[in-house]
Amino acid sequence: MIKRNQLVLGNKNYKTITEDIVHLLEKFPPKNYYIGLAVAVVLLMVYVVAQGATAVFGMGLQGVNHPVGWGTDIITFVFWIGIGHAGTLISAILFLFRQKWRTSIARTAEAMTVFAVMVAGTFPIIHTGRPWLGYWLLPYPNQRGPLWVNFRSPLLWDVFAVSTYATVSLVFWYIGMVPDLATIRDRAKHPVRKLVYGMLSLGWRGTARSWSHYEIVYMLLAGLSTPLVLSVHSIVSFDFAVAGLPGWHATIFPPYFVAGAVFSGFGMVVTLMVLLRKLVPVFKDYITLDHMEAMNKIIMCTGLMVGYAYSMEFFIAWYGGSPYEGFIFLNRAFGPYGWAYWIMVVCNTVIPQIFWWKHARRSIPIMFVVSIFVNIGMWFERFVIVVTSLHRDFLPANWGMWKMTIFDAGAIIGSFGMFFTLFLLYIRTLPPIAIAEVKPVLPVGRDGGHHG
Amino acid sequence: MANFAESLMSACRAKGKPGVAGIWLDEHQLVKAAAKVKEAGFKKFDAISPFPIHGIDEACGIPRSYIPWITFIFGLTGCLFGVWFTWWTSAENWALNIGGKPMWSLAAFIPVIFECTILFAALSSVGAMILINGLPKVDPPVIDPDLTCSKFALFVPEDDHGYDADRVTKLFRDLGAVEVKRTEF
Repeated sequence: MIKRNQLVLGNKNYKTITEDIVHLLEKFPPKNYYIGLAVAVVLLMVYVVAQGATAVFGMGLQGVNHPVGWGTDIITFVFWIGIGHAGTLISAILFLFRQKWRTSIARTAEAMTVFAVMVAGTFPIIHTGRPWLGYWLLPYPNQRGPLWVNFRSPLLWDVFAVSTYATVSLVFWYIGMVPDLATIRDRAKHPVRKLVYGMLSLGWRGTARSWSHYEIVYMLLAGLSTPLVLSVHSIVSFDFAVAGLPGWHATIFPPYFVAGAVFSGFGMVVTLMVLLRKLVPVFKDYITLDHMEAMNKIIMCTGLMVGYAYSMEFFIAWYGGSPYEGFIFLNRAFGPYGWAYWIMVVCNTVIPQIFWWKHARRSIPIMFVVSIFVNIGMWFERFVIVVTSLHRDFLPANWGMWKMTIFDAGAIIGSFGMFFTLFLLYIRTLPPIAIAEVKPVLPVGRDGGHHG
Repeated sequence: MANFAESLMSACRAKGKPGVAGIWLDEHQLVKAAAKVKEAGFKKFDAISPFPIHGIDEACGIPRSYIPWITFIFGLTGCLFGVWFTWWTSAENWALNIGGKPMWSLAAFIPVIFECTILFAALSSVGAMILINGLPKVDPPVIDPDLTCSKFALFVPEDDHGYDADRVTKLFRDLGAVEVKRTEF
């Protein structure tokens, strides 16, 4: 029989697992934490100023123009929504596949989903140009008719998909956390701490009857999140695919977008896990090199999938015989934005191939650098899709260029500030590893251990 | 602030039932003990553990959760709501001709109908789980703070069939409980 590697290293018992995981919540964090938080908050301020100025003074501050009417906001929206998908893949799909190694990374990956969707959600609202009328996107009885929203538009499908995704991810994340919040409540000494975590834990006590319902609901949520997450990026891809524009109008878009989303999301999970392991060294016993290696394999696999999509797009552009489609793809690779196309190809399909070597899959510095490249590459993928398709369409009279302004750059870089501020506050206030899920997998790979 | 927090909690604290609790340090012993307690004729007793234990449902005689039926019914409701709502708004209440597409464009409405199905099913399952488990409870009595960390317990309430405090105490001791106490839960 093949011996399984231990999922939890070190000689842990139930008590030490709890203590290891909650210690960042109960003691002051190391100095690096505060430095990181300061940088994140400064970037968050950049974000608030850049997007606030765009909201107040108008879209003219950003690079969008005729003919490139979709710019930073749409590109970065798709980027962040995609990041979120890895979290749901880990927490829901790997759960349904009974992958026990997911337990120690699921909580933080789900948190990443929730924060990435929060960041993503701000972009289309700003992109509308009049964010104070953002509620017009919702179908509510109004005094303008009532004039209802256009349910035939992919942009409205997005409103439903993203809001449902945000809601269900948040609930899934929270419900998974309730038993752990009860653990923190029962450890709390200060009455205010007891009150806050007591409220958050809903008075959970871990009776067998409540676990029985709880486990069923957790499985149901995993089962519901799985088609949901696949639908979300499919619908995001419909924003493009339903349009008749060459470069956008492609049936490959839904699976291509979902694979790209999982790819970029795992890149971000690896980035975050490397940082978390560095910040809290004891987490190295829970988020082991085996975990990192498994995620790197998924990065390589999904990287090959997006590479396949890139080549298939080119093949169909030729095989389809449409001169406009053919032109767009030649223009993508060899036109004025060719540099962006080749950044995308190198970062997404070439660099992750280093993970064919076991040494690279298990080397923290290599995987950290690759995960950063994956994220750069995936931002450029959305840039290539949005900008190169729009900037030269059927009539040369409609040709133009898109130039990044300082407000575009502020929005892109600043959005990382919002994400990391939320993330750093999260690891300080909520348990970053699922305590109640790690304990049952403790015997895996140990002598005398058995399948639980 | 600290006093305020304490008085707020005591004002609406959840009441527990008196009974006898036994504490174990190993989950396998707990499962065996639970099966024996069930054999002894108790029905309303419960097991408390920091994480879900394999086989405890059978040992305690807990039936499979019926929540999936609630999920199914509400998912179906969400689906039908989505169908009705997209039809009513787009084809009935204020029909607008958009690009010559049919007023009742079912294919284009499917994404919205699908999202409604998922949303209703997910929120109803979670809502049902919270209600069925009697949550939220404000500061409910806790037998031992380590029961959400490293210890395991069985609790027999006084209104259980054939309850006798001394008999339960002896039963728990015989089954290897490290601690037995009369308490509220």
